[in-house]
Amino acid sequence: MSPTEPPLPDAGALLTVRGLRKAFGRHEVLKSIDMDVTRGEVVTLIGPSGSGKTTVLRCLNGLEIPDAGIVEFSGELSIDFSKPVSKKQLAALRDRSAMVFQHYNLFPHKTVLENVIEGPVQVQKRPKAEAIREARELLARVGLADKENSYPFELSGGQQQRVGIVRALALRPQLLLFDEPTSALDPELVGDVLTVIKELADEGWTMVVVTHELAFARQVADEVIFMDGGVVVERGHPDTVLRAPREERTRQFVDRLLNPF
Amino acid sequence: MGAITGTIPLALASFFLGLLLALLVALLRLSRNPVLAAVARIYVSVIRGTPLLVQLFVIFYGLPSVGITIDPWPSAIIAFSLNVGGYAAEIIRAAILSVPKGQWEAGHTIGMSRRQSLVRIILPQAARVSVPPLSNTFISLVKDTSLASLILVTELFRQAQQVAAFSQEFMLLYLEAAVIYWIICLVLAGGQSALEKRLDRYVAH
Repeated sequence: MSPTEPPLPDAGALLTVRGLRKAFGRHEVLKSIDMDVTRGEVVTLIGPSGSGKTTVLRCLNGLEIPDAGIVEFSGELSIDFSKPVSKKQLAALRDRSAMVFQHYNLFPHKTVLENVIEGPVQVQKRPKAEAIREARELLARVGLADKENSYPFELSGGQQQRVGIVRALALRPQLLLFDEPTSALDPELVGDVLTVIKELADEGWTMVVVTHELAFARQVADEVIFMDGGVVVERGHPDTVLRAPREERTRQFVDRLLNPF
Repeated sequence: MGAITGTIPLALASFFLGLLLALLVALLRLSRNPVLAAVARIYVSVIRGTPLLVQLFVIFYGLPSVGITIDPWPSAIIAFSLNVGGYAAEIIRAAILSVPKGQWEAGHTIGMSRRQSLVRIILPQAARVSVPPLSNTFISLVKDTSLASLILVTELFRQAQQVAAFSQEFMLLYLEAAVIYWIICLVLAGGQSALEKRLDRYVAH
């Protein structure tokens, strides 16, 4: 398998989420979220800040532990969070997906190449030579072949985020999670990163993307989910949700993003 | 002579033992176990809240009255290690907390356990931050070892006292001792700069 190809490209449900709930203290951030992601599909989560979209993503990667709800990966892994969850289950959940962070979160004390091979070598115990070969292939794909020995501080934000994407890909996850991957970037650097994500989508990677980039959502997403106040307000094909939303709240949100003033 | 056979080994041994202890105490203070965290907090509080000389005397002159007699050298190393452990624990704890939470999360998302993230991601970054304050601790320690003269450890200062008592050259000998302490500290400060430079290679200037 080439590292640049997504695993298991055959169709079928990859992820099923039912009744996902999460509260921080008294504040209910997620009030029963349902979600289905088919293999090879791109789902984008949009919504105002505080709507819970990032929390959904973090729950899928085990960065937050939901209070209740069922998360299921293609039938083989099913976790019911209303019951006690073992460390082993959480590790299994986390290993299905890889997160790309808004602020990249690259390891500053490691070079670009070291950042990328850290997971494959240290965690997945893959042979180092193979991990390096794959890492180089992936870095070349995103236009960073000549940066493997740079430290993150020597790179632009757009370059750092592309390393963040490669670091996630190198783990060969079934699902890629993007948490506002371009929100921290200077406007002129956004395009490079979105292009990379779009190419991955075209190749058939399954992904859930939290974003404010509506043009990106319209072009790339198979489904758009609009969240507000911890619930899904509306979901559907991007042409519907973004151009002719059924719900008033969706329409207001989309209008405001398209016409900020 | 007293510097080479007394002060320097005493400072080195105490510093590295103290550093190990400090790392352990810092991790206990950050642990989710409230009992362990409380024990660590009390230890730090006692060490920082009592004079080093008193700690030294309790171990050397106090413990024999409860049946524990320790020789001067081990007593000194125990006291100084415990002391460094208390101060350095706070430095290390702060350094660990100074590493952004996103680094733990990045470790998590690539599949690392908390321990792996700590060792491979967090501590290397915390080390960089803690070099300047830990160097301070080390330099203080070098000078504090002179207190060991009061529990009969023949280090630099005690030797100076002995020679001065014999020759009556107090000014000369105490100044000489001062200069030797200063030179040791200059060397340490040089080492600190070199280490800082090395660890700074991955941050923007």
